[in-house]
Amino acid sequence: MEEMIALEIDGKEVKAKEGMTILEAARGANIEIPTLCYHEKLKPYGACRICSVEAERGGRVRIVAACGYPVEGGLLVRTRSPKIDRIRKVIIELVAPLAMSDGGISGELRRLADEYGADIHRFESRLQVEPTRCILCGLCVRYCDEVMGGHAIGFMGRGIERRVVFFPERASRFCPTCHECYEVCPTGKIAAETDGSIFPKFSIDDFLSGKM
Amino acid sequence: MTGVSGLVAKVVDSYQRDKDMLIQILLDLQSGFGWLPAEAVTEVSKQLGVPITRVYQVASYYKAFSFSPKGRHSVTVCLGTACQVRGAPRLLDRIMDRLKLKPGETSGDMRFTLSTVNCLGCCALGPVMVVDGVYRSNPSTTELERIFEAAK
Amino acid sequence: MPKKLFSLEELEELRKEILSKREPDKPVITVCTGTGCQTYGATNVYETFLQEVKNQGLEDKLGVKATGCHGFCEKGVVVVVFPEEISYLKVKPEDVPEVVRAVAKKGILERLLYEDPVTGKKIAKESEIPFYKNQSRIVFGNNKYIDPKNIEDYIALGGYSALSKALSQMSSDQVLEEIDKANLRGRGGGGFPASRKWKETKNAPGEPKYVIVNCDEGDPGAYMDRSLMEGNPHSVLEGLIIGAYAIGAHEGFIYVRQEYPLACENLNWAIKQAEEYGFLGENILGSGFNFRVKVHRGAGAFVSGESSALMSAVEGKAGEPRFKYIHTAVSGVKGRPSNLNNVETWATVPLIINKGADWFRSIGTEGSKGTKIFSLVGKVNNTGLVEVPMGMTLRQVIYDIGGGILKGKRFKAVQTGGPSGGVIPEQYLDTPVDFDELTKLGSMMGSGGMVVMDEDTCMVDVARYFVNFLCEESCGKCIPCREGLRLLRVILNDVCQGKGKEGDIEVIEEVAEVMAAASLCALGTTAANPVLSTLRYFRDEYEAHIKEKRCPAKFCKDLTSFYIQPEKCQACLICLRNCPAGAINGDKGLVHWIAQEKCSKCGICFEVCPPRFSAVVKLSGEPIPEPPPPGTKVIRKKEG
Repeated sequence: MEEMIALEIDGKEVKAKEGMTILEAARGANIEIPTLCYHEKLKPYGACRICSVEAERGGRVRIVAACGYPVEGGLLVRTRSPKIDRIRKVIIELVAPLAMSDGGISGELRRLADEYGADIHRFESRLQVEPTRCILCGLCVRYCDEVMGGHAIGFMGRGIERRVVFFPERASRFCPTCHECYEVCPTGKIAAETDGSIFPKFSIDDFLSGKM
Repeated sequence: MTGVSGLVAKVVDSYQRDKDMLIQILLDLQSGFGWLPAEAVTEVSKQLGVPITRVYQVASYYKAFSFSPKGRHSVTVCLGTACQVRGAPRLLDRIMDRLKLKPGETSGDMRFTLSTVNCLGCCALGPVMVVDGVYRSNPSTTELERIFEAAK
Repeated sequence: MPKKLFSLEELEELRKEILSKREPDKPVITVCTGTGCQTYGATNVYETFLQEVKNQGLEDKLGVKATGCHGFCEKGVVVVVFPEEISYLKVKPEDVPEVVRAVAKKGILERLLYEDPVTGKKIAKESEIPFYKNQSRIVFGNNKYIDPKNIEDYIALGGYSALSKALSQMSSDQVLEEIDKANLRGRGGGGFPASRKWKETKNAPGEPKYVIVNCDEGDPGAYMDRSLMEGNPHSVLEGLIIGAYAIGAHEGFIYVRQEYPLACENLNWAIKQAEEYGFLGENILGSGFNFRVKVHRGAGAFVSGESSALMSAVEGKAGEPRFKYIHTAVSGVKGRPSNLNNVETWATVPLIINKGADWFRSIGTEGSKGTKIFSLVGKVNNTGLVEVPMGMTLRQVIYDIGGGILKGKRFKAVQTGGPSGGVIPEQYLDTPVDFDELTKLGSMMGSGGMVVMDEDTCMVDVARYFVNFLCEESCGKCIPCREGLRLLRVILNDVCQGKGKEGDIEVIEEVAEVMAAASLCALGTTAANPVLSTLRYFRDEYEAHIKEKRCPAKFCKDLTSFYIQPEKCQACLICLRNCPAGAINGDKGLVHWIAQEKCSKCGICFEVCPPRFSAVVKLSGEPIPEPPPPGTKVIRKKEG
């Protein structure tokens, strides 16, 4: 008989197994917490922070990423609040300029922007950032690494210079029979930017020659 | 074995082919070659048994590594807080002017590579410039001229 | 080949032997060869001393030794003559023959002594110089006695006696209890009680356990750890081995910044010697306790100093932070229990074991025990590393020890805590420095960086500087930090360039809230502190930049112009000749004037104009007067 942990999410009592995260416990109880960089087949990553929730214990409230925070007995979780909503709204507004294609955003990002009243053009002109259509969520990289073992796509650089690139040498061997990253990408960049051949135009060579 | 793979093998062996030592291996190679040629990166991946994506990710993450050859002489300006407060931006401007380089760039004749660093830890001497490992405190325009002239 | 030591008794015998071979009355000239003094040519000075002592045939009578940093970095090259501890400052190679002669005669060379800036009085003994006198150098002070490449110097001072005491007379739990009682809090910036981390690591299931030294000191302006690691690496090693014993770890890592080559070199040397003498390796001092350590060099990433990022780097991965909801004490390097502490924290451990927790608690404040080493830098007279008891006030540090503001300018603020910290203005100068007091003011003590700023420092530029730094150093993994910093950088650069907009301050505050609440690691959550802190105390400067396009400190290049006052100019031609842009017009006897469109705002004219004329002024937020009509003659001033 496994030890069950009792916590409260949005006023509802939820039972969860030891070692589960708040996100897993919530999903098990049909309580929605938005995510952008989470995938059930992958280790939680903590990059998008959209799943931020309030977690209260012993009178002390912390804002934590639900995808990574392990459940604790007696934890009081609030998935929505004025502060949480502000956080999600601003996160969308901050990442929107990067995610743009044809002047708009789509998919889950679009849905979240509508739900939280984010103005996706708010910081666009100030930032003057090149819309790469990549929000650096790392789903493609991590899926290729952890699930497929292909290691054909990876991160390069650091900070605002961080980019996702394909490695043609690996890709030529693994990608023809795979294409799983196309589905996993939240902005649809990968699917949209293959030019018919296997290797999208963001390869390691593009990065090293400064084109990215 | 070509020169590059042989050199990589030597370094990788010196760390007992320990994957945890990837960064140390790359540092030794950067130091030995003066940069990280693509061939060396591929060899490290092969000989250490680490995916090429990871080697490139690590190498591109850190400022110490370069994917292109560096100039014969390294010129580094410290932009730490103390140096900043003591006029480092102006020193950097003067050096950029004189060398016609932006930080990160190498001169066309491969003579100089200019870079900045966020604190060398000798703040009393701010603003600090390091040329080929020699530290200089607040060099005057004349001193700068002398130093750069002498660096052939 | 040194004999390996297998017991406390053998160590004490060796210590006696070392001391008996030393002649306490024999004069020894010690030269500081820390990186700071090396910038002043310390290696050359040291070698010149060696040569000169030989030249004067005094090798048997005088010793020459290279030591680590003394902390009085403003006055390098620092030379101290033992046994009297006479301190010679700003020593150059050409001074060496005279110094040697003076030492041989047991005399004092007056001209190189410290001179009190107010009374003119000369002070010979190092410990009497106000800079040192007001400090409490319990951790750092041994640097001056030690050649870091000679373990026997460390042993002669009592080194490794704490380790042998711990291994032979205390159980691992007793060591833990002593550190707990002492309330040793981490000196790397977190201020977390060390014993709590140690206990958690010790009690966590899983083997092996690791202990780690964080020498990735990245706060720009802070170099305490570097000087400790360069000058007294054994103190850190000893502390680490004691900690490993307490926790039950047999492997350790020391992570050193790649930008600290001398610290790496001296550390590796120390490890080699410690292994030779039996302080590292198998069966340490015959206790049966095994411990070995590996050095990992960093490769140029500030964020790698964050504990979870450091552990990733030690695994040979990119040094990116990870979730820490499960403490690294439970799951750290390769998922194993790992205890990480800062260099200074580890170096304090042997002291506590030797002198006891009660002694340690007698220093400092209620919540912050012991001392802290600060790097006192910026617009202060006595720049250097200072160690003071917790609770000393900012004023005491900056004025009594630091000697006040450079060039007699007005104090404006002191920035503490590096990029995670904030600024503290004049009205709070009497705040005691410890872990908790500075946090109340919106800053933090952090790792010990103390950057003094004066009336010429633009506080908006300070914020801009830190945001730029963090934007470059962010790992880029999480959106709030990466994109938040990208936006803050644009806004602050705009504000400093006169392109600030109404509403910018509100945007800054909104984004700062999200960064603080939702970032993955402490780099992100504290990244907005410098901005928020400067806004809190210097909001008027932000508003001047945005609304009036004026920089009150007259620092921001795009908002400042240089102007030569015609009525004061004496046509000395100095500014004209020094202007790198050729922007100054004039001639002998004719008033000089700056062609604004050519001016690069370098400020050289302002610096070189003779103080008795002071004709060049900085203007900001006001119209620049037209240049004088051509051929305007100077108005000769009567001098004197």
